[in-house]
Amino acid sequence: MEKIKEDVLILGGGMAGLRAAIAAAEHNPKLSIGLVSKLYPLRSHSVSAEGGTSAVLNPKDSFDLHAFDTIKGSDYLGDQDAIEEFVRLVPEQIYTTDHWGCPWSRNPDGTISQRDFGALSFPRATFAADKTGFHVMQTLFSRAMKYNIHFYNEYFATKLILNGGQLNSVTTINLRTGDFVVFQGKALIFAMGGAGRLYQFATYAHSVTGDGDGIAYRAGIPLKDMEFIQFHPTGLVPSGILITEAARAEGGYLLNNKKERFMGTYAPHKFETASRDVVSRAIMWEIEAGRGVKGEYGDMEYVYLDMRHIADKLDERLPMITEIAKKFNGIDAHTELVPVHPATHYTMGGIDSNVKTTTSVPGIFVAGENACVSIHGANRLGSNSTNECLALGNVAGVAAAEWAGSHSIPDLDAAQVRDEEKRIWEDMLKRDGGENVAKIREDLRINMDKNVGVFRTADALKNSLKNIAALKERYEKITIQDKASTFNLELEWAFEVGFMLDLAEIITAGALQRTESRGAHYRRDFPDRDDANFMKHTIATYSRDGPVFSYRPVVVTKWQPTVRSY
Amino acid sequence: MEELVVEVTRTDEKGNPKLQSFNVPKDKVSTVLEALLYIKENIDPSLSFRYSCRMEICGSCGMEIDGKPHMACSTTTESLKGDKIKVAPLKHYNVIRDLAVDIDGFFDKYKAVKPYIIRDDENVKYESELLQTPAQFDEFIDYSLCIKCGLCMAACPIEGSDSDYLGPAPLAAIWRYVADNRDQGAKYRLEIASGPEGTSRCHFVGECTEVCPKGVDPSYAIQKLRGSMVKYEFQSLFRRH
Ligand SMILES: Cc1cc2nc3c(=O)[nH]c(=O)nc-3n(C[C@H](O)[C@H](O)[C@H](O)COP(=O)(O)OP(=O)(O)OC[C@H]3O[C@@H](n4cnc5c(N)ncnc54)[C@H](O)[C@@H]3O)c2cc1C
Ligand code: SF4
Ligand code: FES
Repeated sequence: MEKIKEDVLILGGGMAGLRAAIAAAEHNPKLSIGLVSKLYPLRSHSVSAEGGTSAVLNPKDSFDLHAFDTIKGSDYLGDQDAIEEFVRLVPEQIYTTDHWGCPWSRNPDGTISQRDFGALSFPRATFAADKTGFHVMQTLFSRAMKYNIHFYNEYFATKLILNGGQLNSVTTINLRTGDFVVFQGKALIFAMGGAGRLYQFATYAHSVTGDGDGIAYRAGIPLKDMEFIQFHPTGLVPSGILITEAARAEGGYLLNNKKERFMGTYAPHKFETASRDVVSRAIMWEIEAGRGVKGEYGDMEYVYLDMRHIADKLDERLPMITEIAKKFNGIDAHTELVPVHPATHYTMGGIDSNVKTTTSVPGIFVAGENACVSIHGANRLGSNSTNECLALGNVAGVAAAEWAGSHSIPDLDAAQVRDEEKRIWEDMLKRDGGENVAKIREDLRINMDKNVGVFRTADALKNSLKNIAALKERYEKITIQDKASTFNLELEWAFEVGFMLDLAEIITAGALQRTESRGAHYRRDFPDRDDANFMKHTIATYSRDGPVFSYRPVVVTKWQPTVRSY
Repeated sequence: MEELVVEVTRTDEKGNPKLQSFNVPKDKVSTVLEALLYIKENIDPSLSFRYSCRMEICGSCGMEIDGKPHMACSTTTESLKGDKIKVAPLKHYNVIRDLAVDIDGFFDKYKAVKPYIIRDDENVKYESELLQTPAQFDEFIDYSLCIKCGLCMAACPIEGSDSDYLGPAPLAAIWRYVADNRDQGAKYRLEIASGPEGTSRCHFVGECTEVCPKGVDPSYAIQKLRGSMVKYEFQSLFRRH
């Protein structure tokens, strides 16, 4: 067993983790900073973000407008105090990354350009063509090269160890060697991303499996609002690769099998640029009404995205999706229709946190999609996540550096470390019930798509809980067939599936208890929002018998909930 | 059911290579990455390779496909001729296991070129952007599209014989920053480019540009760098007098 100590320890090298690492390094250059990630940082999911990042840069725009758009988008489940503070933190991040070399798209006069995005009242999405996440990630990663940040690439975190409610250590497997490595830090930042690959049809990278949420939950740190999963209206069929919302914001239409533009029926003002939950449901209703397109791509019915009339904008403003349609589907978006279907896209829930990025454990911070502040409430607005990664990644980095400056590393809890070591090598690797990890994962994803998707009902959710319980039993009987210690991805999959099963249970049970429809959570049996009973966050805490739920009221400052229409 | 034969050059953890063929149903997969995942999920869970985004943006899945460096996720099975695909690890890297290779050396070279904006006004609170016209933007944007997949390093014949050579992607990164009007660090970078591991070793074979999945054109970047180096040396000669 190898032991590594750092002053500030960061789990995750996506946009939030990298931003936090740089912030900590700048805040206190004397600290040692370690960044542990199961992927090389540039392989993180964040590089996939396409369309833009919202920031108030224009004098005609205002913080109140950005805050209100976010609150309305959240279907009034976002905490308004946090949102008001958050929107004020963003502009500086845009200018900072500009000075670090991020190629933000420009106006003719050389200033940073902004564009419209779904459900925005002002075109405030700052963008780097349709490769926003990619360019921000390259900028942060390159900037990180300036500092002496220790990168532990391809180390897989398996467990957070607390001792008497205090941070103790994090256990990992060095995937390259198979060694068991224990990390300790004075402060710890969780930045391990969302959980979208719990579903089959998803815009997410394969690597987004909810490990951060799963690890925190098992250690007793509560998760918040996990039942809120965003479905993006336009996943490319059949791969699920994202066709950015900017395609519609730039003027693209959605058409049904009669080649009719149908969004007017569902969102008479905003049409295709209504909020994501609204557009996703509209597409599903069209398909249910028999107006979906059948055929070319297996069983999945879909609708069309029509960009032919904006063909002249594609090469400059939407180059990546134009290239993707060509490379993956052989479709020329200038002249042909693109097949799309709603796909899992964002995890609104996460570790229970706030705009200071703290958690229930002193010295442990959280940022990015791993966190639930809550800014996004029941539905995240497009372009409101990468800015959160930057702004609150920065807050977390500074807060962790401050904490590390005045705290020390506790004695290692050797007993718990030994237990985890045993669990990996003597339990996980030696189980021999013949069940296949990949098969359990596939069955879980099919269940989530079918029962906990865009539309939910009590029956389907109960069914899902039954299925998950059965999958958990099968999980006890897995056989990891790969016995190698070097680069054993099957072992990694096994851990991920363990986390996914926990999270699937929390999502489903939370959705069952929320007998209303709000944002991305839509109950056919309770189609209306119920402010009298559900202006509250769902908090899930681990117990041996499954998640224990409690609730906390939403913070309202000056925007009372009203009917939400687009 | 029609089948595709995928022949993989595998290497076990002790470093022993072997060829192994797998049959994959054609209608279940549309890309090489999907074929490899199909194998791992359904036939042999011990097959090792890297992947993440499956949309050719994270740079994970570079490998040799039918003898040339490609990204597995964006190489459609349709685009390949015949019913047999040959897959092998990238050349010029040490193999860790199967198709996963050691890319640390590549990232070390990237770090060595100081791939970040260097400015005099560091670490202040920034309250506005640095102006950059669309024309200035166009000067460098194509070179900023590099996904660090390392295919160019595997294709470069110089890299094969001379592992000290910085190589195409790191040199293209130098040009990316030199050509950015927001940068003030050309001096440091051109010194690296003109050093013994720099552009002088390039023979302009152009293989790097040919295999680059993102159209970065490292070969042209190296030419541009040589041009600027001449200008820069000329100017510093004057300064010395
Ligand atoms: C296709 C797509 C497009 C998007 N477009 C936009 C957009 O235009 N605008 C916008 O604002 N948002 C967008 N989003 C959302 C946004 O991209 C993400 O929410 C954000 O990038 C998440 O960043 P992160 O740093 O929190 O996590 P990630 O980038 O997912 O990083 C997670 C990190 O944690 C590490 N990790 C995970 N598990 C472990 C473990 N067990 N051990 C060690 N390390 C681990 C990983 O290696 C990785 O480095 C988009 C999302 C998708 C799916
Ligand atoms: S220059 Fe092209 S081939 Fe080389 S690492 Fe970058 S993207 Fe890959
Ligand atoms: S999996 Fe990301 S580039 Fe292929």
